Amino acid sequence: MSKRLIFEMSRPGRRGVSLPESDVPETELSALIPREYLRDEAPSLPEVSEIDVVRHFTELSTLNHGVDTGFYPLGSCTMKYNPKVNEDMSRLPAFAAIHPYQPEETVQGALELMFLTEKYLAEIAGMSKVTLQPAAGAHGEYTGMAIINAYHRSRGENRTKVIVPDSAHGTNPATANVCGFRIVQVKSDERGGVDLESLRAEMDEEVAALMLTNPNTLGLFDENIQEIARIVHEKGGLLYYDGANANAIMGIARPGDMGFDVIHFNLHKTFSTPHGGGGPGSGPVGVKDFLEPFLPKPVIGVKEGRYYLDNDRPQSIGKVHSFYGNFGVVVKAYAYIRALGGEGLKYVTEHAVLNANYLMKKLRERFHLAYDRICKHEFVLNTANQKQYGIHTLDIAKRLLDYGYHPPTIYFPLIVEEAMMIEPTETESKDTLDQFVDAMLKIADEAETNAELVKEAPHSTVVGRLDETLAARQPVLRFKPE
Amino acid sequence: MENPKDLKYTKDHEWVRVEGNKAVIGVTDVAQSLMGDVVFVELPEIDAEFAAGEAAANIESVKAVSEVFAPVGGKIAEVNTALEDTPELINKDAFGEGWIFTVEISDSAELDNLLTVEEYGKLLVEGE
Repeated sequence: MSKRLIFEMSRPGRRGVSLPESDVPETELSALIPREYLRDEAPSLPEVSEIDVVRHFTELSTLNHGVDTGFYPLGSCTMKYNPKVNEDMSRLPAFAAIHPYQPEETVQGALELMFLTEKYLAEIAGMSKVTLQPAAGAHGEYTGMAIINAYHRSRGENRTKVIVPDSAHGTNPATANVCGFRIVQVKSDERGGVDLESLRAEMDEEVAALMLTNPNTLGLFDENIQEIARIVHEKGGLLYYDGANANAIMGIARPGDMGFDVIHFNLHKTFSTPHGGGGPGSGPVGVKDFLEPFLPKPVIGVKEGRYYLDNDRPQSIGKVHSFYGNFGVVVKAYAYIRALGGEGLKYVTEHAVLNANYLMKKLRERFHLAYDRICKHEFVLNTANQKQYGIHTLDIAKRLLDYGYHPPTIYFPLIVEEAMMIEPTETESKDTLDQFVDAMLKIADEAETNAELVKEAPHSTVVGRLDETLAARQPVLRFKPE
Repeated sequence: MENPKDLKYTKDHEWVRVEGNKAVIGVTDVAQSLMGDVVFVELPEIDAEFAAGEAAANIESVKAVSEVFAPVGGKIAEVNTALEDTPELINKDAFGEGWIFTVEISDSAELDNLLTVEEYGKLLVEGE
């Protein structure tokens, strides 16, 4: 099958549209824009007919694999199923057609929805107050760490270090670095949790915070969390909760109760809003009461039944997003929370965890399980059993494409060699999980009996195995006509 | 591949060859096979000073970015600029042409903390 770029379909003079004669006087471009900003040559745009364009992009769209077309074990970490009712709600004209500059009294419903979403998220997190401004997870981390920094400074303290465990998401140390902190790494213990001895050794009065994901990236809940919180709080540090894995605790356990002081949620993970190409995201941040003064402004307040935007926040870290964050995404998360209710959200979590443990139990028969414990919403396997046949995790991932699955996250977390991180989420039925298990077990057989088939996979996709090394060493970043 | 007997090692899979007051540093063959194809090496600045254990260089492979720690403290004397255009030298010849940088050793006592080839071999078998 040959897939041409639309540029390669171009024929001089072919047109998809015919523009009407201009009925306003024409002005020389150079009279409007300084000469140095004008291009010398016409841009090389593809010259194609309307039907060429329609066929080209329709065909490309059929090559996508998404959660609406098939199972993928990337889980909520990438994006879980987006219930369609969320989309309907966010498209209601009363939400979609309002303008951020409208007077407060004309958008009371929108403000109420934001106020209530904040309240629900605060309740789920065990926090006192939430801001909806951050546009995604890492932005939430930045906001949370800026709040922590502002808090320490307000007490006349200049704390310079942030502790992250070696199993952390890469965004944690990156965020701390952008906020001007020095990163101190602590090891994981043999059960996959934070090594308490290393933490005690590193924890001192220069540490602003510990950033932790619980359950962590191994899908394991750190049972020492209260002791961890005590160690950090004793020296005046704060605890930051990375909410990337909140799908494993929502409605069951609350980070605020575990001792965390700041949290971000990813609405595009845990609360079922679209992500990536269908985004944008949203990364609300929740804080304990003593941190409320530092939240980004404006904060939504309510007085005598009327909602208003409170800008009178002298200790606020300021705005972190234009207007009030990604409002349309917040509407979708609100719809999700209200459609499921407290009991429903708990049910989501229970099924996410049950599904992961079911898959883990089935797959560990053939694939090595890195940490032998009951997992939360995800678990980490590797290819230690397949190594003797020369099979790497990448080969398994590529072979899964032939069976119609998008592969799981591979080579992360970094502390497990040849890692495969599998997260099914709550919406998948036992039938779907069993089919996926069948495919994985077949691949395990193939690795033993027909290793070349696996090493050369994928065989059924539009393009075969790509040379990732060549692409990284000599990247070709744009199409150039010959 | 055998780990050369005349080198010192670290538990982070680095090797050190002592040449007078200078230490030549690279990553072991085991390290390169774990990392997979190396696509980019970020070298330290000449004359930059590092304490033992500080990250001095980064190796980016198709799988991950790994830090290279200074096994002994000191000032960077030379860097292997060949790696800028041919990072695959680390995959092809980890103990030779794939060397990464050299350090002017500031405290030769730190060399005692490094592993012998036997100790490194044992670590590979038993894990940390």
